[in-house]
This record gives sequence, structure tokens and C-alpha cells, in this order.
Amino acid sequence: MENLIALLVAAPLLGAAVLLCGGRRLDRAGHWIGTLLAAASFVVGVVLFLDMLGKGAEDRALHQKLFSWIPVEGFQADVAFQLDQLSMTFVLLITGVGTLIHIYSIGYMEHDERRRRFFGYLNLFLAAMLILVIADNYLLLYVGWEGVGLASYLLIGFWQHKPSAATAAKKAFLVNRVGDMGLSIAIMLMFTTFGTFAFGPVLEATGETGEGKLTAIGLMLLLAACGKSAQVPLQSWLGDAMEGPTPVSALIHAATMVTAGVYLIVRSGAIFNAAPDAQLVVVVVGAVTLLFGAIVGCAKDDIKKALAGSTMSQIGYMILAAGLGPIGYVFAIMHLVTHGFFKAGLFLGAGSVMHGMNDEVDMRKFGGLRKYMPVTFITFGLGYLAIIGFPGLSGFFSKDKIIEAAFAKGGTEGWILGSVALLGAAITAFYMTRVMLLTFFGEKRWQPDAEGHEPHPHESPKSMTIPMIVLAFGSVFAGGFFSIGDRFLNWLEPVTGHSHGHAPVSATTVTAATMVVLVIGVAIAWAMYGRKPVPVVAPRGSLLTRAARRDLLQDDFNHVVLVRGGEHLTRSLVYVDHTLVDGVVNGTAASMGGLSGRLRKLQNGYARSYAVSMFGGTAVLIAATLLMRAV
Amino acid sequence: MSATAVHSLWTMAGGVTSAAPVEKFKAPVIEYTQLAPVLIVIGVAVVGVLVEAFVPRRARYYTQVFLTVVALAAAFAAVVGLAAGGYGTTKAHIAAMGAVAIDGPTLFLQGTILLTSLVAVFTFAERRLDPAAHGNHVDSFAAQAASVPGSDSEKAAVKAGFTTTEVFPLVLFSVAGMLVFPAANDLLTLFVALEVFSLPLYLLCAVARRKRLMSQEAAVKYFLLGAFSSAFLLFGIALLYGYAGSVSYAAIADVVDGAVTKIDPALADTMGNDALLLIGGAMILTGLLFKVGAVPFHMWTPDVYQGAPTPVTGFMAAATKVAAFGALLRLLYVVLPGLAWDWRPVMWAVAIVTMLGGAIVAITQTDIKRLLAYSSIAHAGFILAGVIATTPDGISSVLFYLGAYSFVTVGAFAVVTLVRDAGGEATHLSKWAGLGRRSPLVAAVFAVFLLAFAGIPLTSGFSGKFAVFKAAADGGAGGLVVVGVISSAIAAFFYIRVIVLMFFSEPKADGPTVAVPSPLTMTTIAVGVAVTLVLGLAPQYFLDLASQAGVFVR
Repeated sequence: MENLIALLVAAPLLGAAVLLCGGRRLDRAGHWIGTLLAAASFVVGVVLFLDMLGKGAEDRALHQKLFSWIPVEGFQADVAFQLDQLSMTFVLLITGVGTLIHIYSIGYMEHDERRRRFFGYLNLFLAAMLILVIADNYLLLYVGWEGVGLASYLLIGFWQHKPSAATAAKKAFLVNRVGDMGLSIAIMLMFTTFGTFAFGPVLEATGETGEGKLTAIGLMLLLAACGKSAQVPLQSWLGDAMEGPTPVSALIHAATMVTAGVYLIVRSGAIFNAAPDAQLVVVVVGAVTLLFGAIVGCAKDDIKKALAGSTMSQIGYMILAAGLGPIGYVFAIMHLVTHGFFKAGLFLGAGSVMHGMNDEVDMRKFGGLRKYMPVTFITFGLGYLAIIGFPGLSGFFSKDKIIEAAFAKGGTEGWILGSVALLGAAITAFYMTRVMLLTFFGEKRWQPDAEGHEPHPHESPKSMTIPMIVLAFGSVFAGGFFSIGDRFLNWLEPVTGHSHGHAPVSATTVTAATMVVLVIGVAIAWAMYGRKPVPVVAPRGSLLTRAARRDLLQDDFNHVVLVRGGEHLTRSLVYVDHTLVDGVVNGTAASMGGLSGRLRKLQNGYARSYAVSMFGGTAVLIAATLLMRAV
Repeated sequence: MSATAVHSLWTMAGGVTSAAPVEKFKAPVIEYTQLAPVLIVIGVAVVGVLVEAFVPRRARYYTQVFLTVVALAAAFAAVVGLAAGGYGTTKAHIAAMGAVAIDGPTLFLQGTILLTSLVAVFTFAERRLDPAAHGNHVDSFAAQAASVPGSDSEKAAVKAGFTTTEVFPLVLFSVAGMLVFPAANDLLTLFVALEVFSLPLYLLCAVARRKRLMSQEAAVKYFLLGAFSSAFLLFGIALLYGYAGSVSYAAIADVVDGAVTKIDPALADTMGNDALLLIGGAMILTGLLFKVGAVPFHMWTPDVYQGAPTPVTGFMAAATKVAAFGALLRLLYVVLPGLAWDWRPVMWAVAIVTMLGGAIVAITQTDIKRLLAYSSIAHAGFILAGVIATTPDGISSVLFYLGAYSFVTVGAFAVVTLVRDAGGEATHLSKWAGLGRRSPLVAAVFAVFLLAFAGIPLTSGFSGKFAVFKAAADGGAGGLVVVGVISSAIAAFFYIRVIVLMFFSEPKADGPTVAVPSPLTMTTIAVGVAVTLVLGLAPQYFLDLASQAGVFVR
């Protein structure tokens, strides 16, 4: 069975190679090749999953070594895969949602000339993401980590003719480099501390290592996670990344890649368990981002950016849960999976709306679309109910567990974290209701565009609606399926471990409180956007609203602190380079030239001078030799 | 020795013979097979002289080229045969009654000299570069060397289609001397070999077809200074004889080491006198350092390299250096190892001024041949760093460096012969501007050679420099390595400058053209490039070979 693991990666990798190197002759079949290979990878994943189910909990992990990558004395790295329950969960999510989004893209990208290339990039992303989650050591994980970064860059900038898309791609790449640096430093620290990169030896050795080193490694891993998962302070790229085609936003920037940080932290759980300081920073980052993303999501009129803020916020929940330690690991992953379903569904719904509205993204120019796009409305609506945590739907189960776990952390810390998580739930209910009301309810507010084309909203083709329907099923039932009988908990516990903590309040109380804040959030949104007509031009808004529209001044902050600071630093370095370094270099060169010109005059062409030089040379040689003997 | 001393020796000898029974004269034992490389070359050289006397003028060129190539190839085959027979390692010994050492370094250097000469001779035979004069193909050499430049007799000689085919036997004589030079195991053989290879070189320098006055001036300077240095060498030999009572390397070494207690009564006053040893040793070093072109004995190099016909310059720059360094190695490692504490500091100083001097003065050169001359001075300094290591690695690294360097040099000078304008070779650097645009292949090949000179990785120059510097550092000469690396950096400047000039400057309207050579010169250049790249990419086999060969026999 373990020999099948490499096939998971091989299929999409082959697809990427064929599609990107195949040239124009594959233009007509390219999307089918890409989709088929993604589906093949999914099928392999399912086969492995069924096989895994048939075994006892302790024997489920599979291992496959492909080849020795860097066989150097004292520095061993293998290309080897490890498939345990945690990796299996990701494999199914990635290949499953990935395949659906391939199918969706067939319709969505139908009129794009470069569709073949798009599918090539998507396959490349799948391959890299799979390497990331099934690598058995940090060095190979890093390969996947960089691979998804590359694919993300290529796909955000897919419409590179738009300057905004090109800039957004660059921004995502640069911000991610900061996080990648964290990961590479963490890997170097691991090597110097443990002498290896493999998960097994590293995670087993944490017991005998000093807490200081583990804290350093943990913080560097967190930095990496912040970059990839758009957590404060490296969150600024995610909103701009919505410049990419919508299927990309759904797959990479909502369901899978941005959750890589959560995977990294859960996978490295042993390190964080032994470094409470690092863990504390993780929960702080999670809590801050949770609120940050939610507030930004409230103010955005661009439907995709509102959803991006929501993604940030939901990943904040996951990071928070992961930072709680064994109380939260399982729920972080569970929320990750349910979020993968409903957020991908929401993005595909948004794409479907844009498809019908001439690529308009401003929600103030939507309104009343439920009559024109019934399927989109229903699937999007189910996703909406799932994300706000409507009882019985996926988000209800997974988010509720995280809030409970936050309270269960205990002490003042537990109360603060629990309250933040509750507040986040209220804001989530508010902004998602706002999105729903602005898009599908109220009067129609769309207008002819600059060339006088009035949009004719219509339902999207089957290739787009079917994936949305499938994801809606997941949004509705996944949470319940996982939670009833603690299925998910039992599945993951052998890998991540679990503890219940000591909850200061009962689970029922938490659930009741969640319901209350949910109703409050929805009610406020209804009062603001449902009851009265929505202006097409956004009102000026309060100070907070205006700040939130500018992403809470994240770019202004980065500009002032990092860009200006960097400019000053480089300017002073350039100055030093020009004056000091160049001065020394040019001065040396000039003095050498001068010396050369002077020495050259000795070569005057007269044999007699040459003979004198030889004679003098011999005399010195003899004198020196005698002198050497004398002393 | 005064005249009376000579007389008394005579009389004493006469007295001995009258008293004792007459000893039978023993025929000397000469190992002809082991001397085969030298004998072949010198034999064919003599035949070459006869060819000049008896073969019709029309057929001489082909006969001479054929004979020369066959002689060098056969001699090389003989060297390979000897090496395969174990004479480089297990059977290494002193041959020809103590005159010649047949050992690893000898065979390695003889092989290098023969191969380099073979390749260089192709450029001697090149006859397609200059336009034909009066329907006759012409080469780089004067129609008739004895005619006064610009005179009627010269014009007549050109019109008659004369060529100086004597250059081929001259080269062979010179090569024969060079083969003996690093093998010489006593000081007299050393001196004879030096003269045998030097005299033909003086002549060869004088016979350029174009710029004959400059060529003759170079020859005269070379001859005068060469004679001057030979005088030092000979004086040094005399002093060492006075010190040791013998000219044999082994015998001198024994006296230096204090292993000999029996004093020759005739030399009772001088034997074992260290002043004689030190002064004599320094003078012999002078003679050898002159040949390798070390500062301050280098002054002849730029003038002679520039004035000599370019094929001769290439041959001389490569083969002379190999032979002279071979002799220097043997002298320092076999005769004077007991004296290492005395000569090492002095050689340190020589190596440093040679490296820096060559590299610095080269910066302001404007003539490509002079530039390469100064470059060869700097390289002599680098090789000296390896010589000073006084370790087995030092020997083998120097052997490797010599092999690598000689092929780059022959190739580079062969390229110089191709770039021509109306006045012959266009050696002024300004004329090379933009060569890469006009003749990308030739410029690229030259760039490869320049990069090898500069010691850029993937070329033989890097492998060689690395080996030499490593040996020097391991041998306790770390300071020299620092100076060497600094000099290499300075040297890189002017090598790269030529590359920049060739590829990144606008070509001049009246710039030179690149002549299309015959397969002869092409072979030379191709072999040069091939060796440069092979020794740069996969040097290990040759490093091992040099390492096996790096043991002197005593």
C-alpha cells in the first residue's frame, strides 16, 4: 500500500509537466488532462484512506522512502513520505476540493486563452501541497512549502496584464518570503539542535532539549505559519491575492494553502507543547487575527475581499485552537476541514455571482440576486449558515468546539480567549449576514457599465453549479458527521493527542452563549442592511469603518515602518558602498595603475640596464643568503 | 684555478702513472634505451642539417616538417615506453655514468616538453596566414636570415621563394637541450644542456619575417643577457666544485649533509667552506631564475617575447619554462635540501616580487605579446611558490602546473598569430577591440585561454593554481599564498580587461582581420583548448600522474 503514496504526488506533477511543457497543441484537451489527473490523485487518496480505515489506530501510519536526497556524512536528507491520519485528512481535503475546483474552472475559465496554463499551475499547486502534507521531514516539507508559494504567486498574477494582479502577486510573494525565512531558520536550528530533520526523531527528542531552543524553533515556525496563513503581522497579502481568478481564491487562498500554517503548528505540536512561551504567542496571534480579519470583513464592499477577511478570521480561530495545545489540535484541524468545505463553497458562489454580473465585485451593485440565481443562492446560503455557526450545520460543531476549548484553557487566559472567540462569532454573524443581504436580498441595484452594457444575471453552467452543490453538502453535514460519536476526535487522537482541559463553564452554557451572540450579530446586520435600502455609493462611515476599509491601515503601517525604513537603510548602505567600499577598491586600483606606470619605466629597452638589474639581483641574492647564515 | 695549479696537476698525474701499474681504461656504460628520447631528437636534428645541405630547396619544407613531427612523436613514444617500463617509479636511477637521472620528474617533464613542442611546431609550419609572395607560400620566418633587412638581397630572396627551413633542426636541437636540462644530474651536464637549448633559441628569435629589426634586437638582447647569466651559472659551478670536490649532484649533497669526511688533498683549502657553497649556490640559482624569468632577472622577457616571431615566442614561453623549472626543482630538492633554511627565505622574497611585479606591470601594457610576457613572469612567481613548499606535494603540483600552463601558453600565442592587419600581426591591444563581434569563435577561444591564465575554475589554470597554493600552504608558506592570491586578483584585472575589450567594445573601422589558418594552427589551438578544459574539468587523473612522478632519484 505504501508504494501508492508517491502516486498522490506523481499524478498532478505529471499533469503540470505535460501541460506547461506541452505547448499549444494541448490547448483543447489541457483542462481535461489537468482535471483527470487531479481526480486520479483523489482516487488514490480514497483507496489509501479505505485501507487505513481497515487497520487498527496504531498501525495506520504508512511510510515510503523514495531515494536518498542528500547523502552526506552528518547531513542526511531523504525524499520520503509519511502518511498518517493527520496527513490523510489533508490529502482528502486537498485532492477532493481540488478536484471539484478543477471541474468548476473548466466552466469558469472557458473564455480564457490561457486555460491550459491555468490548469498546469493548478496541478503544480496540488503536487506541491501534497508534498507539503505528506513529507516525512522538515526539509522536504520546505520544498512543498516553497512550491505552493510559487504556485500561489503564478496564480495570483495569472492575469498579469492587469497591473493590480501583477502587484498583488509580487506582494504575496514578498510577504511570504519573510515567513519562509522563518521556516528555513527553524530548520537550521533543528539541524544544529537535533542533527536531523525527520519528524520522528525531532519530535521525540523534544523532551531532552532546553526550553530556550524549543521556544526559538517554535517562534520561527510560527513566523512561517503567519506568512503562509496570513496571520498578523504578515496578513497584508491575502486581501490583494483576490486579484487571482476566483477558483484560485477558493482553492488556494481559502481552503488549502492558507491552512498550511495550521498544519505546520499541529504537526510540530511536540515542540510547542514543550515551549509554553511560544504557545502563548501562537494564541495571541490567533486571537488578534481572528478579530482583525473579522473587522476588515465587516467594512469591505468587494465580495471577495469580504470573504478574504473572513478567511483570515477563521484561520485565526484555527491558530488559536492550535495554540491551546492538546486541548485544541483536533478541533483546529476539524474546523480547517469544515472551513475548507464552506469557504470554498462561498468563494465558488461569489465566482458564480461575478460570472453572471460581468465580473462586478462591488456588493453595493448587486441586490436581489436570489431570483436570478437560485442554485447559487441556495448553496451560498448554506455556506453562510455553516460559517456563522447555525445549529446543526458544519461550522456550528467545529467553531463551538474551539470556543469551548478556549474557555477550557483555564484561568484568566481562558476567559480572555473565550470572550475573544465569542466576540469573533458575533462579528462573523454580522459580516456574513451583511454579505448575504447585500448580494441576494433587497432591491436590484446594478447599473449599466461604462459602455452601456447592462448585466443580465443568470445561473452559471452545470460544471460550476455541481461543485457548488457538492461543497454545500459538505458544509451542511461534515460537522455533524465528524462530531457525533467523536468520530474525528478518535481518528486524529493517535497522532495529535488530546486532553479535555478544565472548563470553568459547561459546554451547554458555551453553546447557549454562542447562540445569543449569533442572534445579536444577525440582528444588527438586518437592522443596518435588511430593513432599509442600501445606498449604491458607500457612505463615509465612522473612523473605524474607514480604517477597516483600508485593512486597518496594514499597508500604511508596512509602508511607513518597513518600506521607508528599508529605503533609508538601503540608501545608507549604498552611500557606504559608494564612498567607503568603492573608494577603497578604486583607490587600490588607481594606486596599482600608478605603480605599474612607474615600474614600467624601469623597462627602458637598454640591455645594459637589464644587465645591471641582473647583477644587482645576484648581489642581493648572495648577500641575503650569506646574511641568512649569519643570523 | 691558476695556470700553475693546472700545471702541477698535470705533473702530479704524470708522477702517479709512472709509479703505479697502468689501469685499464674502462669503457663508459651508456644506457642508450633510457636516453632514447634525447638521442632520437638530436639524431633527427643532425639529419635535418644534412637535409638542408642535400635535399633540393623545393622539397625541404615538407621533409623538415615531416622529420620534426616524426622525431618529436617518436621521442614522446619513447618517454611513454620508459614510463610504462617503470623507469619513472621503481626502476628510477642515475644513468650515463652519473650524468643523467632517469626518474619520475624527468619523464614527466620530458613528456610535457615533447608534447608542447610538437604542438608548437605546427605553428612554425603554418604557411597560410600571410598572403603568398610572388606565388610562394610564406611562413613566419625570414626568407633568408642572413640578408640585411630591407636590402636588395632580401628582396631577391623573397622573390626566389626562399624560406628558412633551418628553424626545424634548430627547434630540435633546442628541444634536445631542454630534455636533458631537467634530467641533468651533474652541474656540467646542466651547463651543457643549458647552452644547447639556449643557442638555437637566440637564433630563432632573430628570424622573424616581419619587423625584422625588432626581432634581431630581441635576439641580441637575449643573447647578451643569456650569456651574462650563463657566466653566473658557470662561476657558481666552479665555486661549488671547489666546495665539494665534485660536480655530481649526489656528491655535493653528501658534502652539504656532512656525510663525507675524506678531503681531496688538492682542494684542502676550499672543501667544506660554506661561503663557497652559499655564493656558488646563489649564482647557480641566478642562472636558473634568469631562464624561468623571475624578478629581477626577468627584464629580457618582455622585449624578447615581443620581438621574436610569435610561434617561437609560444614555443619558448612554454618549453623553456618547463625545462628551467625542472632543473630548478632538481637542484633545490636533490643538491641543496640540506640548505633549505638558507635558500627558502631568499626564494620567498624572489617569489613575492615576481608575482607582484609581473602582475602589476602587466596592468599598463598595451601590446598583447608584452602583456603575455608579464603574465608569464607572474606565473613564474606562482610556480616558485610551489617550488618553495619543499614537500612531495610541492614537486607534483609544480609538475602539474607546468603541464597545464605550457598548453595554455602555446594556444594563446597561436591565437595571436591569427589576428592580423596590413603590417602583419596586430598585437596592439587597441586593435583587438570588438574582436568578439567580428570573430566570435577566435575571441571565445582566446577568452578561454585568458580565463585559464587568470585561474578561473573549470579551466586548467584553476586546478594548477589550486594545487600549487595548497602545496605551498601545507609546506608552511601561507604568506606566499596570500601574496599569490592578491597577485592573482591583480592579474585577473588585465586578463578580464582583454575579454571586455574583445566582447564589449565597438570594433574599429580599420581593425584587423582574423586570418583563416591551415589545419596545422587549428590543431595547435584545438589541443590547447582541449587540454585547458580537460585539466580544468577532470584534473584528477593528471594530478595522480604528477603525484606518482613527483619523486627525485638521488
